[in-house]
Amino acid sequence: MAAGCPMLDLRPGKEQTPMKASFRLMTLAVAALAMVAVTTPAARAGASHEEEKPERHEWSFAGVFGRFDKGQLRRGFKVYKEVCSTCHSIKMLAFRNLGQPGGPELSEKEVADLAASYKVKDGPNDTGEYFERTARPSDRFPPPFANEQAARAAMSGAYPPDMSVLVKARGYHRGFPGFLFDGLPGFSYQEHGADYIVSLLKGYKDAPEDFKVPDGQYYNVYMIGRRIGMPPPLSDGAVTYDDGAPQTVDQYAKDVTAFMAWVAEPSLVSRKKIGLGVISFLIVFAGLLYFTKRKIWSNVAH
Amino acid sequence: MSGHSQYTPKSGFAKWLERRLPIISFVYDSFVAYPTPKNLNYMWTFGAILSFMLVAQIITGIVLAMHYTPETTLAFDSVEKIMRDVNWGWALRYAHANGASMFFLAVYIHIARGLYYGSYKEPREVLWILGVVIFMVMMATGFLGYVLPWGQMSFWAATVITNLFSALPVVGPSITTWLLGDYAVGNATLNRFFALHYLLPFIIVAIVALHVWALHVTGQGNPDGVEVKDVKKETVPFTPYATLKDGYAIGAFLVLYAWMTFFVPNYLGHPDNYIEANPLVTPPHIVPEWYFLPFYAILRAIPSKLIGVIALFLSILILAALPWLDTSKVKSGSYRPQFRKAYWAFIATCVGLGYLGSQPAEGAFLWIARILTFYYFFHFVCILPWLSRHEKTEPVPESIEAAVNGRGVSHA
Repeated sequence: MAAGCPMLDLRPGKEQTPMKASFRLMTLAVAALAMVAVTTPAARAGASHEEEKPERHEWSFAGVFGRFDKGQLRRGFKVYKEVCSTCHSIKMLAFRNLGQPGGPELSEKEVADLAASYKVKDGPNDTGEYFERTARPSDRFPPPFANEQAARAAMSGAYPPDMSVLVKARGYHRGFPGFLFDGLPGFSYQEHGADYIVSLLKGYKDAPEDFKVPDGQYYNVYMIGRRIGMPPPLSDGAVTYDDGAPQTVDQYAKDVTAFMAWVAEPSLVSRKKIGLGVISFLIVFAGLLYFTKRKIWSNVAH
Repeated sequence: MSGHSQYTPKSGFAKWLERRLPIISFVYDSFVAYPTPKNLNYMWTFGAILSFMLVAQIITGIVLAMHYTPETTLAFDSVEKIMRDVNWGWALRYAHANGASMFFLAVYIHIARGLYYGSYKEPREVLWILGVVIFMVMMATGFLGYVLPWGQMSFWAATVITNLFSALPVVGPSITTWLLGDYAVGNATLNRFFALHYLLPFIIVAIVALHVWALHVTGQGNPDGVEVKDVKKETVPFTPYATLKDGYAIGAFLVLYAWMTFFVPNYLGHPDNYIEANPLVTPPHIVPEWYFLPFYAILRAIPSKLIGVIALFLSILILAALPWLDTSKVKSGSYRPQFRKAYWAFIATCVGLGYLGSQPAEGAFLWIARILTFYYFFHFVCILPWLSRHEKTEPVPESIEAAVNGRGVSHA
């Protein structure tokens, strides 16, 4: 043995020693790993410039039976249209999407009227000119800025990200062992992005005295480094709801986040509906195969 | 494939074909009459599960390729168009992305089965080495596929991995440029990665064919590690026995696969990959897909880049040397008490490395990763050869028949 392993030459002794020593080393390493894994998140939270963990919210679209709340999506769209759309594009969303099942489900006429209230660039026409025309339901939402440079020039250097998949592009670390449960039936938690965004929208606070916020930036406890380029976008009463929902920052934040979650994944509801059917079928199918297998093997000792 | 065919053609056409191309008897002998040891447990169903996953990945992949655009300014949007505007596009994409994870999950169980029951031992060395080759081509395919959605993680994973080759002395930088088709990851890289991602699965199919061929020459191993002595008494025909058992196992595996695809499709992904690739913004933590994490931890555990890269490749290649590192005459871990402890310690090491690969390589994480990396190789280079010579193994049953009778009738 020792000949094949130069590392062991250093510790001659009984034959058992290298094995036992290495096991002990392993056990120590695993124990240390477990300790680090459990204590690190707590230790990190203590640092004052670290962002806070987003709060968890109830979402109608969470879980196995999750469905979007039509009223909420309509309110959220109103918030997007009247507030967010000034700076944030939503370039993957077409007007027609708003009429699809599982979403805000606007009527055909509402979609057509909405599209008609927008102008989009088109061209070139027969004379080679680019021109503006009234949007059609098949068009996608025109962006507020022509390009990134135009946005940065207008927003004192900041670039408001496109909102089409933003909910899926954001999240936060759940740490050990939380992340293990997030994927399990009964515990599943997939709304990290939505919780992050809604928390962020409500996360503007007065900066502590020892914390310097540069000009053009704002203090937000959920943002990395606690500095954010976006001014607080929402204020109580800024958007008028016509369905009696409270006109508060909390409500606006939740509604617009739900809307963004739908935009990020318009197929979520059909995915979950079809998924239930698929899994039910597979459980029955696998069960039948199991009993058939049992029957076939019943006459063989194995 | 050994001995005379058990198939006798009955119809006129079958007789005609049999004399010209004996494909029916080939299929019959390989998948119907093929004798399988009757003491196999469910760990032996993962070959069938993997075959299923390979076909599933190829089918979903081909349809996705019909809608995907491998061009840097269009790739990200084309994937989102698949999600939104292609009929069943979301299902195809989630099934393909999660299918890769399920494929790796199954292959890790399959490899772990082989490690425990000594599937690499004489006369199955070539069968085992072919398996290691498949695993490596799979890893390449998985990596190339992860680049295609052209998100931030795609781009930076491609940058980090191709950069590894630049660690090679003298030729490193030229090789990297040659691989990328440019001085940095860009459109040329995306194009060739797409071409290779489409090509490699078919190479896997070819190696799988060799793998199955080798399997049918040597016959399957089994949990007791004793070779079949009496084909009549100790084996059952593949169909219906193995077909039904494999069928049930695939069905159960599909429940998990469907759960991932339909209910937690982004659980194993990274949010940053929903941000379009941007060469000017480096993500705070660049993390590969979960199935590469143990190897990523090994790479980062070693301060020298070149040695890190060598260790990374060695950590996989060393599997191919197993038949000559573990020379114990007893095949199955069931009859090797000390090996069993070493085995589970090794599995724990791999899981630990996986966790560390997902964490920043600094402080305590880094040092534990170094200890576990050392232990990973120590297991292969020292523990296994040492055990081969000194372990006191338990008595092995005389035959499969004796092993089965010793256990009594079970319905596992």
